[in-house]
Amino acid sequence: MAINVFSELQPKDLLFLGEAALRTLEISLTAIGIGSVFGAIFGWMMSEGNRIVTFIINAILDIFRSVPLIIQLILFDSFISIAGYPLPAFVSGTIVLSVYTAALVANVARGGVEAVPASLRRASRSLGLSYWQDLRYIVWPVGLRAVFPSWIGVALSVVKDSALVSVIGYVELLKASQILITRTQDTFVILTIAGLFYFALSYPISKASEYIERRWNQ
Amino acid sequence: MIEIKDLKKSFGELQVLKGIDLTVNNGEVLSVIGSSGSGKSTLLYCINALEPIDSGSILVDSISVHDKATDVNKLRQKIGMVFQQFNMFPHLTAQENVALAPRKVKKMSKKDAMDLAARQLEHVGLGEKVDSYPSALSGGQQQRVAIARALAMEPSYMLFDEATSALDPELVGEVEDTMRMLAKEGMTMILVTHEINFARDVSDRIAFFHQGRMEEINSPDQLINHPASEHTAKFLSNVR
Repeated sequence: MAINVFSELQPKDLLFLGEAALRTLEISLTAIGIGSVFGAIFGWMMSEGNRIVTFIINAILDIFRSVPLIIQLILFDSFISIAGYPLPAFVSGTIVLSVYTAALVANVARGGVEAVPASLRRASRSLGLSYWQDLRYIVWPVGLRAVFPSWIGVALSVVKDSALVSVIGYVELLKASQILITRTQDTFVILTIAGLFYFALSYPISKASEYIERRWNQ
Repeated sequence: MIEIKDLKKSFGELQVLKGIDLTVNNGEVLSVIGSSGSGKSTLLYCINALEPIDSGSILVDSISVHDKATDVNKLRQKIGMVFQQFNMFPHLTAQENVALAPRKVKKMSKKDAMDLAARQLEHVGLGEKVDSYPSALSGGQQQRVAIARALAMEPSYMLFDEATSALDPELVGEVEDTMRMLAKEGMTMILVTHEINFARDVSDRIAFFHQGRMEEINSPDQLINHPASEHTAKFLSNVR
């Protein structure tokens, strides 16, 4: 008599996937938040700093942009374990994903600063605004509007790329799907559901960005 | 009073100002004419500390502009500047454009700054455009907002860097009228311009710049009708 090791997909599995989707959202938003702050600072340094600063930052960020994220995750996770400081999967995943996001956002931010015409900045300085006031009240809002769609593009790709964090054992949406597939063998249905969850996470972001852009363009 | 002594300025190898001596008295309107590359716009940027200088000095109300101890952000409040590009802040309405510097630099309350901005826009004839964004304004209107924005800091001096040369011909008049009005009100102004007729009407003196030197400075009538330098005569015959 054959023992059936597989079991049907059950309603509570949907809840399991839903929770995993929330973890995908959590790690993505954390990485987007941290990565965007650092990316903005790097981008500002690259556009305003001297050529040596720009070169060094760019070279470092190029490493993170060009090495596949999955390799970065495994390398970092193994490295800290070998070094004797193992971190929870969420923490090491967040660190790697944040650095990766920062590397992508840095280029976007640099484009934003450079999209503000020099003459506009001269005009604001001529009114007596300090360098930092010019940065805060002119460069930031004008530059942000110029590169906002690109930044949203980075954010959406980070949501999808966060699936790779599954390789170091963080149970986010993709990992949860794999667990269920192993149990039910119902690949098609489960991946379809997972895909819908990814869509449900991304769609509000792109809708919100459209709304914000429309308000700016009034 | 603006006192410029032996001002020299280079961009890399190219010396664009080769020793300028010039005094602009309070209440005076001085126009600076000359062909492109003669250094006249650079002169304005130097007066406003937007460009560093190589040597010489610029005193504005006896404050040395390029002295390291000088607070340029404070000094610039004395000196309004209007550029060739309209340079309105694209994300702000006309009123917000004008109110920004009074709020952030002079620390005025939002209400006071917005009231001041509305008055300044009224002054340049744009009282109905307070809520318009730059994209909804013509070039001439944008340039008048830029003038109102500079005036809102209550400067003692106004510098105009080819303020009408990026405008469509039919819009030049309204901006010139605004500048004329300021001249009548006694504002001390330096105008870098290509509009010789306008310069003649509005100026107390006209200076002609040629290849980084001030070739000639005189009353409009003398300089235009009886130029002392052959370079001046040649330039004037070319622009007419």
